[in-house]
Amino acid sequence: MFAFAVKRILQAVVVMLIISFIGFAIKHNFGDPVRELVGERVTPAERAEIREKLGLNDPFMTQYVRFLGNALHGDLGQSYFYKKSATDVIIKKAPATLELVFCSALIIILLSVPLGIYAAIKPKKWFSRFVMGSSIVGVSMPVFLTAILLIYIFSVELHWLPSFGRGDTVQLFGFWDSGLLTIDGLRHLIMPSIALSSIMLPLFIRLIRSEMMEVLESEYVKYAWAKGIKPRRVWWVHAFKNTLLPVITVGGVQLGIMVAFTILTETVFQWQGMGSMFIESVERSDTSLMVAYLVFVGMVFVLVNTAVDIIYGLVNPTVRVAGRK
Amino acid sequence: MESLINIKNLRVDFELRSGTVRAVRDVSLDINKGERLGIVGESGAGKSVLGFSIINLISKPGKITGGEIFFGGNDISKYSYDKMREIRGNHISMIFQDPMMTLNPVLTVGTQMKETILAHTKMSDKEAEAICLEKLRKVYIPSPEKRLDQYPHEFSGGMRQRIVIAISLLTNPKLIIADEPTTALDVTIQAEIMDLLLELCKTENMGLILITHDLAVVSEVTQRIAVLYAGKVVELGPTEQIISNPQHPYTQGLIKALPQMAGGADRLNQIPGMMPSLREMPTGCPFEPRCEISKEKCKTKIPTLTELETGTQVACFMREEGK
Amino acid sequence: MRTKWQRFKESYMLYSFLRDPVALGSFIILAVLVISAFGAPIVAPHNPYDSTTIDIMDAQIAPAWSDGGSSKFLLGTDAQGRDILSTMLYGMRVSLIIGIGAVCLQAFIGIIVGLLSGYVRRLDNILMRVADVQLSFSTYMVAIFIGAIIQTAFGVAGYDRVAVPLLIVVIGLAEWPQYARTVRASVLAERRKEYVEAARVIGLSRTRIMWRHILPNTLSPVLVISTVQVANAIMSEAALSFLGLGMPVNKPSLGSLITAGFEYIFSGSWWITIFPGILLVSLILVINLLGDWVRDFLNPKLYKG
Repeated sequence: MFAFAVKRILQAVVVMLIISFIGFAIKHNFGDPVRELVGERVTPAERAEIREKLGLNDPFMTQYVRFLGNALHGDLGQSYFYKKSATDVIIKKAPATLELVFCSALIIILLSVPLGIYAAIKPKKWFSRFVMGSSIVGVSMPVFLTAILLIYIFSVELHWLPSFGRGDTVQLFGFWDSGLLTIDGLRHLIMPSIALSSIMLPLFIRLIRSEMMEVLESEYVKYAWAKGIKPRRVWWVHAFKNTLLPVITVGGVQLGIMVAFTILTETVFQWQGMGSMFIESVERSDTSLMVAYLVFVGMVFVLVNTAVDIIYGLVNPTVRVAGRK
Repeated sequence: MESLINIKNLRVDFELRSGTVRAVRDVSLDINKGERLGIVGESGAGKSVLGFSIINLISKPGKITGGEIFFGGNDISKYSYDKMREIRGNHISMIFQDPMMTLNPVLTVGTQMKETILAHTKMSDKEAEAICLEKLRKVYIPSPEKRLDQYPHEFSGGMRQRIVIAISLLTNPKLIIADEPTTALDVTIQAEIMDLLLELCKTENMGLILITHDLAVVSEVTQRIAVLYAGKVVELGPTEQIISNPQHPYTQGLIKALPQMAGGADRLNQIPGMMPSLREMPTGCPFEPRCEISKEKCKTKIPTLTELETGTQVACFMREEGK
Repeated sequence: MRTKWQRFKESYMLYSFLRDPVALGSFIILAVLVISAFGAPIVAPHNPYDSTTIDIMDAQIAPAWSDGGSSKFLLGTDAQGRDILSTMLYGMRVSLIIGIGAVCLQAFIGIIVGLLSGYVRRLDNILMRVADVQLSFSTYMVAIFIGAIIQTAFGVAGYDRVAVPLLIVVIGLAEWPQYARTVRASVLAERRKEYVEAARVIGLSRTRIMWRHILPNTLSPVLVISTVQVANAIMSEAALSFLGLGMPVNKPSLGSLITAGFEYIFSGSWWITIFPGILLVSLILVINLLGDWVRDFLNPKLYKG
């Protein structure tokens, strides 16, 4: 198990290096650090001088190593637009995105598990068919369209829910602006979280259902029936545990899709999180911020995927023992 | 001998997209208490389906569409799910073919054993555990206490099958249905497992239905044999009789096809042709297309089991007429 | 000797297809959509790209059946006065071209990588690592990143001429891992089968075995994922356009139409965004439904009861 974990962590480090390399290459080729520091109105002579001072005429690899060193200290460059360190900007915006993702994840887990299992056990009931039918529709609707539709129905027509922004927030720990603790904040969270979960939810329901159905056809489940075990126990103890394993792996991967969708959702709802920050930085050619986002997101992916792999290794006894031997 | 199971005119159909297929056709069999019966046939002959239908556990889309199965005086083929559950794993146990697939990989052996007992009797965890250990010893598994906390993949194939046999003994069932119990095992282990099964059946006075395509195994272990072809029983009788003096052309073909019977010749004796697909069953005797002694009558009418002087029952018009 | 067409007509696949209302219905709807999209120059009542026919005075007219609507513009007009129905049809054409083009590219790259990976051990590790990492980032993310980088690198000038092929390349590059993995899995499974062993024993070269023997057997799973991938590609393109990284406003696809119309929801001109939205969802939905049917059909193991 230990060897397995170490291997996964090493892989994670390699991936991070590659991401940082790509990020740096982008910054190096398309970014303009001089402009980031002092703006546009600078004479060519001053420009050349600053370039020399910043070490911008050094070879590529030296600059890359410098970049890495800075990154490990938390310095990912300066945002041209915000005139602040990129890391600062990200940290300020992160809570908004994280809360959104958290609420969506909650919705997904609380709904997909019971619905998926029910649809697997009793596939012919009309409710199951309804769930499966709407999940195909859900998968076919791009996230931003769901968001727009939600806004149209609940904001423009019914005036029940606010259509943009985060509402009132409360500051925690000195930097975390939370919308979870105010009614207004929660009201603002409803539609974005539903929109964000709308593509993942059907995916998970279908995944759980199909995994469960496959497990229910397996020999050991059949054997459990042959032993006369109570149905509840067969479903939960025998089938569900085995269903979870692949769901965990796939679920971890879906995180990637989640992040892409935060970009879309935040843009629609003008949610001041990292996603909309990224799009703005692209529009403004703020390369430092763009790259900082890339690296940050990359790190989150790698962390989560590694964690998922390790958790899977813990939960699945076959892997555990193999590692031990 | 006291009767244990009476199967009368059993029919099992599979509703497929392309039509209905009959896997078991009008099969009638009796098994007595403590008796060991072998059900023999090729793949696709319907033997597993027959075995599963006794406890009504046929895979969808199959179901019992006719006939009765009497156990303890009641027709269990009509039993509701809950009543059937009382019988499964309790009075009638099953042993499947591949122990690696049969045991749940994420649960310990102990859990899988105890749950069988606890599903049918009320007792404490400790009492259930004691019974598990007792049965593990009966199947000659060393250090049974350690085994309960281990996972299935930590055992060899032979050990796993022993565990499965131990599970089948837990509730002191009256009948064990073993579906190809040794096919997935190494040849050397096969003999050990069959010996074990034989010994247990004798000492615990349990009935055994052994489903297999392996004639050698069946000749050592069983007292009676039923030969299945295309979903029908074509010959039924005492084991020694069937092996030494088979009557039905198919059975004769099977015996002749055994390597031992080739008598040092260059080629093995084959039965020409193939068993018909269940979707395209010939009218009349199903074996007729491959039979050397068939006549016109065999093409249009289906023979039923009749008793011959040799003591076996055969479904063959020619044999009936003493040819 | 029955011809291929005759065999197809009598095949079980066609029989089962015609009996399934969902599959048949989806196919018909899809056919209608595709034909009207590619036949847009003939079918559409107006030409939204011809600026001489567009009058700003016609802007934001409601659909024909509501107040203030006119039968000249069945589904209303947008902020520039263009007929929504026509722009939708042209937009759908763009979306379809990009979707299908991207899938062809993905399939091409993916199949080659998959074949190589499955057959040549040494390349397998590296190729699959790359595919795994790219997949774990999710193809949407990768597409957005590539799009963002290109946007930063080349700016917006001259964008509209290269937009369509560019998007095909972006989405094609983002999604090849799916194909690669599928094909690789097939190749690995087929390799073990005896006919490959037999071919090797006869002395056929590796490439020949790969092309003539293994490849045809891997096509079935490729077909299964292709339909879904087209739907995905169309969705990716819509997402990219929505973020401003896709089709430019003057040569719109359904996605950019939705974006452009979004702000007008609040001022009451809901049709500018909603109609393209409905069309987009319908298009993706019927493709998904067909894809589901194909998958269920080729996968009899999972009997759905």
